[in-house]
Amino acid sequence: MKRHLTIEEFSRPSEQLARVDIEDLIPLPPPYDGYKEPEWTRLKDEKRASCECSLDDTVLLSLPKPKSLREERELADKFVAGLQKLFTKENNWTFLQPLVLSMEHCAKCQTCSDACHVFLESGGNDVYRPTYRAEILRRLYYRHVREGGLLSGLTHGRVGMTWTTVARLIELAYRCNLCRRCAQTCPIGVDNALIAREIRKLCSQELGIAPKELHEKGTMLQLSVGSTTGMNSLVVKDNMDFIDEDMSEKTGVKLQSKWDVEGADVLLIHNAGEILAWPENPGAFALILEAAGISWTLSSELAAYDGVNYGLFYDDAQFARIALLHAQAAKKLGVKKIVAGECGHEHKALMVIADRVLTGDLNIPRESSFVLLEEIVNSGKLKLDPSRNNFPVTLHDPCNVVRLMGIVEPQRRILRKIAPQFREMEPHGVDNYCCGGGSGFAIMSGNNFAEWRMKVSGRRKFRQILEAFRDEPDPAQPKYVCAPCSNCKGQIRDLFAHYGAKEKVGLHYGGLVELIVNAMTDVKPGFMDFDAG
Amino acid sequence: MLYRFVYGALIVFLVVVIERVARLATLPVHLRWELYPVAHEENARYGGSFFEHLDWWKRKRNTSMLGELKVMVPEIVLLKAVHEHNRSLWYRSFPFHFGLYLMALFVALLVGGGVAQAFGVEIGASAPSIGLALHWATKVVGFAALGLMGLGALGLLVRRLTDPTLRAFSATADYFNLLVFIALAVVGLVASITSDVDFVELRRFTQSLATVHLDAPAPGGWVGAEIAMASAVLAYIPATHMSHFFTKWFMYHSVRWDDRVNTVGSPLEGRIVSQLGYKVDWSAAHIQGGNRKSWVDVATEKPEPKP
Repeated sequence: MKRHLTIEEFSRPSEQLARVDIEDLIPLPPPYDGYKEPEWTRLKDEKRASCECSLDDTVLLSLPKPKSLREERELADKFVAGLQKLFTKENNWTFLQPLVLSMEHCAKCQTCSDACHVFLESGGNDVYRPTYRAEILRRLYYRHVREGGLLSGLTHGRVGMTWTTVARLIELAYRCNLCRRCAQTCPIGVDNALIAREIRKLCSQELGIAPKELHEKGTMLQLSVGSTTGMNSLVVKDNMDFIDEDMSEKTGVKLQSKWDVEGADVLLIHNAGEILAWPENPGAFALILEAAGISWTLSSELAAYDGVNYGLFYDDAQFARIALLHAQAAKKLGVKKIVAGECGHEHKALMVIADRVLTGDLNIPRESSFVLLEEIVNSGKLKLDPSRNNFPVTLHDPCNVVRLMGIVEPQRRILRKIAPQFREMEPHGVDNYCCGGGSGFAIMSGNNFAEWRMKVSGRRKFRQILEAFRDEPDPAQPKYVCAPCSNCKGQIRDLFAHYGAKEKVGLHYGGLVELIVNAMTDVKPGFMDFDAG
Repeated sequence: MLYRFVYGALIVFLVVVIERVARLATLPVHLRWELYPVAHEENARYGGSFFEHLDWWKRKRNTSMLGELKVMVPEIVLLKAVHEHNRSLWYRSFPFHFGLYLMALFVALLVGGGVAQAFGVEIGASAPSIGLALHWATKVVGFAALGLMGLGALGLLVRRLTDPTLRAFSATADYFNLLVFIALAVVGLVASITSDVDFVELRRFTQSLATVHLDAPAPGGWVGAEIAMASAVLAYIPATHMSHFFTKWFMYHSVRWDDRVNTVGSPLEGRIVSQLGYKVDWSAAHIQGGNRKSWVDVATEKPEPKP
């Protein structure tokens, strides 16, 4: 019989609090029925000896173990200090009201658990319940913020305030994709995903603890060099030149990306990861905008050529700094609007979260590329031949764009026009499942974290994709997953590689603009080459 | 004594509700954190938002109060989300909540009946028209309320005790809360069946309460116990997570459906500008607020890479 985790044991030291047995993972549909995931790569003994690895089968943060009880106590006290700041209007006006509401009204009914892909695909492991980490913070809140004293244990439950609690809680905050599917199902309106984010924020803003992929190699790099890819403005321009050349050759359409055009209508901001990992995406954007006669530009200002804003996932200060740079670049160029490329979190960061950060002349209109692309496709300015896309296509809904912004139909209307074999995944739209790489996980692979992304957080998405193409079992028939988000594409790329899905099922993935360009009759046929790489 | 206790409980209830509402309503305006579908949007049926339109900031927004009502009414009355996402819980939760709604209606009928009585309206099984209607309505609603509330609370308690997951998450107060409602239902049913089957005593008591006749004799025995318990529960609810019966308004309207857009020169922008001036005390190396820097200072400075 499966053992249930209690809240109290979270604070008790043990070698490993929770384990996901490979046998517990929910079997995948054909052709992966019978497929058994490899066992977890065990963390090295030196790692276990030096770092806090006692949560589950993986580790992301690699927090060094404190050297003494005194240091443990100091860190725990610092966490409590941060917790108290989290509930002051000065330090956390940004999310105080939603946080307080979610802290004080959970009925612990567990309705949200069955909405969470991580919990479900882990075989129902208690540690991954959206309520589990939230309940721990809730108990700490009542004890240390509301100062409930001894009564707090009776009224709200107990959990020990130890370094073990803190170390595990920080790590556990990074087992949630922040997709907020759980919040959608809560009958009361409690948002346990927000609590995961607020734990991350507390740790970053007070203790200086955050995954290096988000902080040192993420926001800090972007703020100093200009991009999380490490590209400065010279390098990014060079790379775009290469892309222009390559696209021109491949499509037969002469292409020249535009930089720093003052007074352009549109400042297009890509996730710079596209430029390095999926260069055909920014290339396709440029080709479409040129063909449609749009007045557009890219910006070479610091951070403005990279729409990434990882602050969204863990830190309000870093978020605001990057959002400001994006807006300042647009202001400097005098553009009419900023258009977010195919990047989900860039959409949400720029258009929704930054909405109450940018004021005055920095509050420049911001729009989704999906909407602009639909306008272009409908305008008749592009000559499109849908038969060029006559292969099975399904659409992945990036959570940030769909559930969290309500941009649901424009991308679908485009696909219905240009992809004759378009079919939906189930569920889709605002009820979609996260790709499993959300909230920055797609760029995190240290230790054996990539295994966790494949076996647990990404498994639901892979299942959905297989189900969407169940009627097309022939691996020789290419099938395309349209994932108009860089982060999601990264996760889907890794999933397909993990499962050998290209060879075994004929699965391919990419963005939306690639499909549009592939259908353009002015472009040489075969822009999308399923036989290549 | 009983009159004073009931008035006291009512005052505690109102004070705690007002305090909580005031506390939540005066919190700073937060960053947008809406979740789709947003019920007042014109494309709420599939979860669409105003962002789906080209140049959305130039377009007049069409929002619908009716759309919100279409979501809120079934959600409040029928617990639609629990029905959809946690059916086995709904079979227990719905009777409990519906019993509470009926309980509120029961109290309203008692107060209404009491006031009517004070104006000379006769209420009873052999009374004419309004009096007869009030008699039967109070009786049916009262017994249904006590029965549903008690059964629902019992079902929830059994579930909380037998489901290992719920048990793991439950604090003493979670059991206590349900026990309180079960006890109230039992006391209420015993009081009604044994000594006040037509709720005559209760109505007379509410009449005295409503007309402030504190010298009228107060019921004793089971009925007195029922009144005292119900009053204590009323005072207790807003201090617990059960306050969601009114804080839910904030959860939906101030968070989930709060898609108000910040525009240049708007009052919303004014509040944001003021909050951007708050001093920051976060102490991580990349912030080092120390209550000296404002949010504007933090957002416009280049962070130090290392502590």
